[in-house]
Amino acid sequence: MAQNGHKEHPKYMNIFWWLTGLTVLELLVVIPDFPTVVKAILLIGLACAKALLVANYFMHLKFEKRTLALIVLTPFIICVLLVFALMPDLTLDSRIEGATEPTTEVVDTSAH
Amino acid sequence: MEHATTLDHTEDVYEPSLTPDSLGKLGMWVFLVGDTMSFGALLAAYAAIRAGAGAIGWVPPTEILGIELTAFMTFLLICSSVTMVKALESIQNGNVSRMCMFLGLTIGGGIIFLGLQAYEWYHLIHHGLTLTGIPDHGLSGAAISGSTLFGPTFYAITGFHGMHVTGGVIYLIVILIHGLRGRYTAEFNHEVEIVGLYWHFVDLIWIMVFTFIYLL
Repeated sequence: MAQNGHKEHPKYMNIFWWLTGLTVLELLVVIPDFPTVVKAILLIGLACAKALLVANYFMHLKFEKRTLALIVLTPFIICVLLVFALMPDLTLDSRIEGATEPTTEVVDTSAH
Repeated sequence: MEHATTLDHTEDVYEPSLTPDSLGKLGMWVFLVGDTMSFGALLAAYAAIRAGAGAIGWVPPTEILGIELTAFMTFLLICSSVTMVKALESIQNGNVSRMCMFLGLTIGGGIIFLGLQAYEWYHLIHHGLTLTGIPDHGLSGAAISGSTLFGPTFYAITGFHGMHVTGGVIYLIVILIHGLRGRYTAEFNHEVEIVGLYWHFVDLIWIMVFTFIYLL
């Protein structure tokens, strides 16, 4: 049985230079005093671009069946959803903090 | 003989349609999808903790962690990914000695990465970044009190990745030994491709860890 269907190799050195260039760009984004949101968007965008290059060319996902690529994409989507799923917990924390403040005030008033 | 014929027939029936060239490759992809969830859950939890701590309640990682060293570690893993694909390319062209050389370079990259991570951990622990505390030089009280989870999340995520690199190095050494014994040829090399998938995954995860833990 033939073990590898894709004998045409991508130009790996080109991918290497792209990955190196994007890493340097990441470091350049960190140095200046950009607003946090801008910095986060740029860095996450660059990281996703690098991850796509590795998956598509080094892991040959680009040359596999599309269904496999969709299966591989699923956990990434689930993880993004997980972040949003955890957000209610964070707002709950702030509500609890807000609820403790009046209690403290009541105690202070009774002390006087 | 009749039994052998039945087995061959069974193999044909269960040939995976997603990766027709190798059943093992499909197995590795399934494992990697599960492993992505493990890393994803850790990073999602980290993101939620960071968001909950707010802008002033968390120490900026660049004030504690040195990004120069980890940028070099990132570059090292990228280089080792290149040597890994070159190893596969070599054996697909039937060049066994070249494959072994590139596998050796990949293993070397992994070992240096682990050595640098051990050096980084030693340095950070020595400066006070532990599971229960952070270095307090020049930091505000709010940042220090809000960052009690800085150490645990840092060591859990980078440690989990480091264990993957360790496993990858051992896996690569096994494949290299098989290669030196002449197991792989231009026609039979899917095991090299499968170890490559694992190694590139470790690289891909580090790209994410580098961004989320060190840069953001």
